[in-house]
Amino acid sequence: MGSALDILQSVHPPRAAFLDYLLGHTTGKPFEPELQRAILLEALEAFSSLTQPGQIKHLPFRWAEDDSWKDGVMNDGDTRTPRHDTPQYQTEEDRILAEQNNPEACGVCETAA
Amino acid sequence: MQKPPVDYIKRITANYAALGYKTYQWVQNEDTPPWTPLAKPLSECRLGLIASGGIYVTGQVAFHTKDDFSFRAIPKAVATSDLRTAHFAYDQTDARRDPNVVFPIDTLRRLEEEGVIGKLADHAFTFMGGIYSTRKVREALAPQLTEQLKAERVDVALLVPV
Repeated sequence: MGSALDILQSVHPPRAAFLDYLLGHTTGKPFEPELQRAILLEALEAFSSLTQPGQIKHLPFRWAEDDSWKDGVMNDGDTRTPRHDTPQYQTEEDRILAEQNNPEACGVCETAA
Repeated sequence: MQKPPVDYIKRITANYAALGYKTYQWVQNEDTPPWTPLAKPLSECRLGLIASGGIYVTGQVAFHTKDDFSFRAIPKAVATSDLRTAHFAYDQTDARRDPNVVFPIDTLRRLEEEGVIGKLADHAFTFMGGIYSTRKVREALAPQLTEQLKAERVDVALLVPV
C-alpha cells in the first residue's frame, strides 16, 4: 500500500492499495486505532478483490475534509535532513544500548572508542 | 474542495532541478507484474510485514541515511513503546509518537486476534527506504527480504513504504 499514487503506478506492483494521505502516514493517523484498523481492513481486502495484475484499489479515506494540504506538498524546496553514514539514533539511550549489544557494529565502535 | 492525488514525481523532479541536483531516475516498471492468485482465504493466510520507514527496536543498531540497504528483523511481540525510527526524507514526528502510522504492528496483532488474518509472521522486516541506488535494492536488499519471507513461510506480504 502507499500514499503516492504516481509512484505506485510507476513501480507497478502486482496488487496495490492507495491511501490519499499525507506522507508519513501510510497506515493511518496517530493514536486512532479504529481508523488504523478500518484502513488495514480495506487494504487487506484488496488481496482477494483485485483480480488483474497491476490493479490499484483506492481506499475510501481522506486526510482532511479539505484537500488544501496537497498544495504545499513538495513545493517548499528540500525538506530532507542531511544524510550520514553512521547510525542515526532516535535517542542517546538507543545509542548506548546498541553499542552494548553490538560492539562490532561499524560507526558505533568508532564513536565509542 | 477535492483535489487529485499529489503528483510527487513531477514535483520532486522540479524540486531537484531547481536545487541543481541531477535528474533522479525513477523506477518505471512497464511489464505486466507477476501474478499469484490467493490460494486460500486471508483468514487462513500467514501474513508478513515489510516496512520502509526506518523502524528499529531500541537496542538494535539504527539505520544510517546514506544508502543504507540493511534491514532489521522485528519480533512480532515487540513492545510498541520500544520502536524507533531513523530516516531523513519524511517527517517522523507522528511515526515516533505512534509507530502504527508507518508500521501497523498493533493493528495487525489485533486483526490476527480477530481472525481476519490467519497468522502474523514471527518477524516483520524493516529498512530505511531512502536508498537512491535501485541496483542495491534489486540485487541485494530485495532478494534478502524475499529469503526472509520464505523462511517465515508467509502466504501474503504487506509492503508499507513511506
